[in-house]
Amino acid sequence: MDVTALREQFPILDRRVGDHPLVYLDSANTSQKPQVVVDAVADHYRLHNANVARAMHMLGAEATDAFEGARAKVAAFIGAGRPEEVVFTKNASEALNLAAHSLGAGLGPGDEVVISVMEHHSNIVPWQLLCERAGARLRWFDITGDGRLDLEKAEAEQLINERTRIVSLTWVSNVLGTRNPIADIAAKAHAVGARMVVDGSQAVPHQTTDVVALGADIVCFTAHKMCGPTGIGVLWGRYDLLAEMPPFLGGGEMIEVVEMERSTFAAPPHRFEAGTPPIAQAVGLGAAVDFLTGVGMDRIEAHEHELTAYALGKLTAIEGFTLLGPAEAIERGSAISFNLEGVHPHDVMQLLDSRGVAIRGGHHCARPLHRRLGHQSSTRASSYLYTTHGEIDALADALVFTRDYFAPKFRG
Amino acid sequence: MNVDELYQTIILDHYREKHHSGLREPFDVEVHHVNPSCGDELTLRVHLDGDTVGDVSYDAEGCSISQASTSIMADLVIGRPVTEALALHDEFLEVMQSKGELTPDEDRFEDAIAFAGVAKFPARVKCALLGWSAVRDAILQAQAKEQ
Repeated sequence: MDVTALREQFPILDRRVGDHPLVYLDSANTSQKPQVVVDAVADHYRLHNANVARAMHMLGAEATDAFEGARAKVAAFIGAGRPEEVVFTKNASEALNLAAHSLGAGLGPGDEVVISVMEHHSNIVPWQLLCERAGARLRWFDITGDGRLDLEKAEAEQLINERTRIVSLTWVSNVLGTRNPIADIAAKAHAVGARMVVDGSQAVPHQTTDVVALGADIVCFTAHKMCGPTGIGVLWGRYDLLAEMPPFLGGGEMIEVVEMERSTFAAPPHRFEAGTPPIAQAVGLGAAVDFLTGVGMDRIEAHEHELTAYALGKLTAIEGFTLLGPAEAIERGSAISFNLEGVHPHDVMQLLDSRGVAIRGGHHCARPLHRRLGHQSSTRASSYLYTTHGEIDALADALVFTRDYFAPKFRG
Repeated sequence: MNVDELYQTIILDHYREKHHSGLREPFDVEVHHVNPSCGDELTLRVHLDGDTVGDVSYDAEGCSISQASTSIMADLVIGRPVTEALALHDEFLEVMQSKGELTPDEDRFEDAIAFAGVAKFPARVKCALLGWSAVRDAILQAQAKEQ
């Protein structure tokens, strides 16, 4: 993969921060956008803008074709059986809320929902709200010392049992980088009649996705982490399951017939897409999917894998560096979270920013995980297809500088 | 933006050696303030001695800016009349929200003048205000309790 040529398609990567070139290592937060995606969104607004489905004129037909075409592209990208299995939402959080609301509609006292301590808040809070409403019990996978799901403890506790109705797990942790064995856990969930929901936000952008092989019932992810625009997320669900699920938001375009007493609802996916959807954003997501497919998801995964192994070796050699998560690039995404001895993540972020290195400091919307790890917060560097070895070197140099700035004992 | 403007020596010194840290008795009110965006957390106790701030003690986790600001705040308000402590809070808030336009009065603010540079880094203003917001909240609650 020619990363230098790829980078030329991302205009923002040419920016400078003061005297330093921008080193963007915050792609797990949001990815940068290639020119083709920027152009696709702009062209839609310049030439094809109209509302979808309801506008019957020429532009309406063009916009509808573009919107539904994007749905088909996303379906093909993730190996979905048919485009109608792809529901467009506002983001992954909304998709997970939809799953919790509609899939959880029948839950009551005695039922159990299982999540894990490594989840992003967006895969915790919707289930907490559901369990409060339904009187159901929320249970948690713990993690092992090296940041993997603790499957033995889960087995010993009979975490997944005949009372389990829903299991919802992240495919790849946004903090630890850990890739979870979703197919195995989905099989366990299905064996007790439970549904498997997957937060794919940190996985789908970085590797080939085959939702059928994954074995999940619902997979949620977001466009802006995969070179697409903000404002659009995806919920994929097995069609027969979606067809059973009640609506989430009510409004225009999700109905069949509205009477004053009651309404009947459209078939999936439109049942779950109330109101005017993110049309230009869907077009941008379609362009992002074409872009990623053109580069090749296998090549992106291989590049990131090699880069992650390089970064882990380089960073863990820094004295005072503590890694959160697996130290080997095995079953692992490219997010690398850490702490520097004696320096708070906010201060790491500030010093790195002053040298052009953009990373994230804080709890990364995973406070229970940080509590579990005994860290108040952490610093995270995250790579993508455009990240270079030189940028990892710049990060490592900036971290040594930062450590010495705050902790004089390291100044030799 | 030069990062050395933010990380003044006074700030780093207070960060390494926090003054008045640790929760103490007696106290009238205990408050818990957080900065949800970064996870900084502060538990702070206030003891009023009539119209004077008798003691401020705290347990804090956070960045150098929030830790140093809380340390300096405690130096400034302990032993000071309550009305003056609250006035200092208001002035400090005004300086922090000035985007670097206002310069704090060195006679009144002592070590806290080091935070003038923080006002130029909008993302960090919340860090500098954490301790001050907590002490104001605690003082007002303690006063309400007395009445």
